[in-house]
Amino acid sequence: MFDTLSDRLATTFKNLRGKGRLSPQDIDETLREIRRALLEADVSLEAVRPFIAAVRTRAESAEVSKALNPAQQIIKIVNEELVGILGGETRRLRFAKNPPTVILLAGLQGAGKTTLAGKLAYWLRSEGHTPVLVAADLQRPNAVTQLQVVGDRAGVPVFAPEPGNGVGNPVKVAQDSIEFAKAKMHDVVIVDTAGRLGIDAELMRQAADIRDAVRPDEVLFVVDAMIGQDAVTTAQAFMDGVGFDGVVLTKLDGDARGGAALSVRQVTGKPVMFASSGEKLEEFDVFHPERMASRILDMGDMMTLIEQAEKAFDQAEAEKMAGKLARNEFTLDDFLNQMEQLKKLGSMTKLLGMLPGVSGIKDQLKEIDDKDVNRIAAIIKSMTPGEREDVKIINGSRRQRIARGSGTSVPEVNNLIERFLEAKKMMSQMAKGGMPGMPGLPGAGGLGGTKRKSAKAKAADKASKSKGRSRSGNPAKAKAEEAARQARKDGNGPFGEDGGQFELPDEFKNLLPPQ
Amino acid sequence: MEFLVIGIIIAAIAIIGATALFYRARGSRRPVAPPPAAPPVPAKAEDSPAGTGETAVAERAPPAAAAPAPEAPAAEVELEVPEPTAGRLVRLRSRLSRSQGTLGQGLLKLLSRDKLDEATWEEIEDTLIAADLGVGPAGELVERLRTHTRVQGARTVDEARALLREELVALIDPTLDRTLKVAKHPAADGAPERPAVAMVVGVNGTGKTTTTGKLARVLIADGYTVVLGAADTFRAAAADQLQTWGQRVGAYTVRGAEGADPASVAFEAVKEGTGMGVDTVLIDTAGRLHTKAGLMDELGKVKRVAEKQGTVDEVLLVLDATTGQNGLVQARVFAEVVDITGIVLTKLDGTAKGGIVVAVQKELGVPVKLVGLGEGPDDLAPFDPEAFVDALLQ
Repeated sequence: MFDTLSDRLATTFKNLRGKGRLSPQDIDETLREIRRALLEADVSLEAVRPFIAAVRTRAESAEVSKALNPAQQIIKIVNEELVGILGGETRRLRFAKNPPTVILLAGLQGAGKTTLAGKLAYWLRSEGHTPVLVAADLQRPNAVTQLQVVGDRAGVPVFAPEPGNGVGNPVKVAQDSIEFAKAKMHDVVIVDTAGRLGIDAELMRQAADIRDAVRPDEVLFVVDAMIGQDAVTTAQAFMDGVGFDGVVLTKLDGDARGGAALSVRQVTGKPVMFASSGEKLEEFDVFHPERMASRILDMGDMMTLIEQAEKAFDQAEAEKMAGKLARNEFTLDDFLNQMEQLKKLGSMTKLLGMLPGVSGIKDQLKEIDDKDVNRIAAIIKSMTPGEREDVKIINGSRRQRIARGSGTSVPEVNNLIERFLEAKKMMSQMAKGGMPGMPGLPGAGGLGGTKRKSAKAKAADKASKSKGRSRSGNPAKAKAEEAARQARKDGNGPFGEDGGQFELPDEFKNLLPPQ
Repeated sequence: MEFLVIGIIIAAIAIIGATALFYRARGSRRPVAPPPAAPPVPAKAEDSPAGTGETAVAERAPPAAAAPAPEAPAAEVELEVPEPTAGRLVRLRSRLSRSQGTLGQGLLKLLSRDKLDEATWEEIEDTLIAADLGVGPAGELVERLRTHTRVQGARTVDEARALLREELVALIDPTLDRTLKVAKHPAADGAPERPAVAMVVGVNGTGKTTTTGKLARVLIADGYTVVLGAADTFRAAAADQLQTWGQRVGAYTVRGAEGADPASVAFEAVKEGTGMGVDTVLIDTAGRLHTKAGLMDELGKVKRVAEKQGTVDEVLLVLDATTGQNGLVQARVFAEVVDITGIVLTKLDGTAKGGIVVAVQKELGVPVKLVGLGEGPDDLAPFDPEAFVDALLQ
């Protein structure tokens, strides 16, 4: 049901191939798919309409009809438009000339204001400011306590003169906090307010009163990335009620596509300033429009993957690993080690789904569960240390023993060893520089994912399956390596390589960081 | 150096994926887990809450000796007497139609136009999409409406209303069993009687703790006795929040230290509940995004451990009405991990329509059992499809 835009467009464009020119009907159909994809990413109708209109204008213009590959061109337009709208002017927090700077947080219940207040305070503190948190949420039971705990964790004082739970006047608390901050020399005041609904006139009035009492330098509207069509109504209500200068998108660590970012931006014209993604205090970042664009379009999310990976992997460990690779000493033990680390990143299906070019085998991916990872671990752990050091010594009888020991079968052991050797070769090449293709995922055509290759890989896979034997990764690998060589030659990296049905977003092309 | 790390990671993922797929391809040896069987029809479904033979003892004081955690003296807090659930949805109807009325009204206006042309149908579809119904279900509903109007030729407002009502009710499927299984299990086969256990799960910020608190009030209003389990040991002050709810109605709250194993709190809560002989144990869990494998495993464990002393009778997924299409994914994952038995749709008093539950109900067959309609302590109502639709079309 939730096909990605790329899948869908791939189907649409299949019929177009060879035409080289788009008829108005083709454009209509394509735009319908894009509209649908955006709606399923929770972009509001109000935002979709003008967006589609803008894409249509550009799609009908010469830039598409004259392009070599019109289909690709349309995706590019969509991506550009998205980044354009999401990015626009990005801006940083404005600090007041005369401290304290006052930041007011507002939003629906459960959007994550209190957690965000803590994160913001932690971030500001690490930037060298001395923030103070103000507990102006006196509505929800124990919201004050929660903020105090959050403040403790962030190492930031909390101004909470009222116990909360319906007692006390938030406007007064907010007002007093300014005096408190001045007296105690805090240069930033973060006011956490109670969650409120856009249609609750009384509470909106209260929010406006708080705003008037503290005259904030920044009012941030906190919105949950999972919000649906209601984003527009809510944003508008807050815009009219209190007004805000920037938007914070929370819970981005889920898999919601976050169309709300586009809706809010389109309707209110206010930029998304921060992205919050997790329950820990440090999981807080400035907003990256490009990433959001490819997330909304569901183009795979390599950047997120890489980022998460960087967090989970120990730098020293990685360097050690790299050294080993360069000397061609990468062993199964190291692989096991890596696998353990990867597990921390979340479910395997999710990780695989983040790789671009695997959309063709989405259904198969769903089949994988994390127990498979345990099985791989079991196979490796059934090997002797000697075998893990040097897999070449594993002969027939050893294989049988390993299979028995891990509760698997000999072909499964064979398959693992084969894949490992392939990967090792590839990685050591990588360590020497350059970025060759990936070993073929069966049916996926790996990362460099060209259409031709993937078709071949599929065929090979099918053939091997029918024989019931482990398939050699060779056809795919050979292609991948060829692609990589080609890519190195023209200095482009296999990720930007054309030949698929659509173009990968820019970030994949830029995957190779500047040397 | 950085990109090397990246390369290694990608390669490792690719190897694992390829190997895993290989297993899958070979598949047959390992039976794929059967899809969750249709929820077993409870042999002794609860018809009337009064049938438990237990008198309402809402003012029960917690047994001090059994308290595993220090608790504020509950006796000093004045106990509130929550209002009974009957007719709650009727009382809350006004609140519902305040926000939802526009949906029904808009649709009605469109449907009773003189000429139902292509543009009007598109508008109707857009209205439904704007209610978070999802592109697919919205299209289907419009298709059915179209067929019906063509066949029956509904033109007047009343006809259109009847038609729309029929379709909307069908969409929400009134045949699903929406009763909460919260009555005490009687002693049987030598096993002593034990309380029913209900767990409340969901992603962060949907209102789980609030729902648990309100649900405790609902149950107490209906004459049940309740023990609360604060298995949200992660979020700052979540246990306090739940305890505050409990104290207001005199329900005893079992809690652990912050950061304690939530499964142990759940276990303790069921044990306490059994010891005290209450009807229902309500376990509040920490909010968790369905994408966090570790946290989902933890949730599975909470349920397994709670089940060591019997069954977990209800697993309620709390969905926020503002949630968009991601709600379906959430429900799917939670259903997989803890086999949810019902949905609580919260924050319906806002402008959001919560249309995603239609898709969830359809795909997973899990009915909406309760709706949350405000911040007031008694703003949780049992979900009644017909009354709900009537409120929409008012």
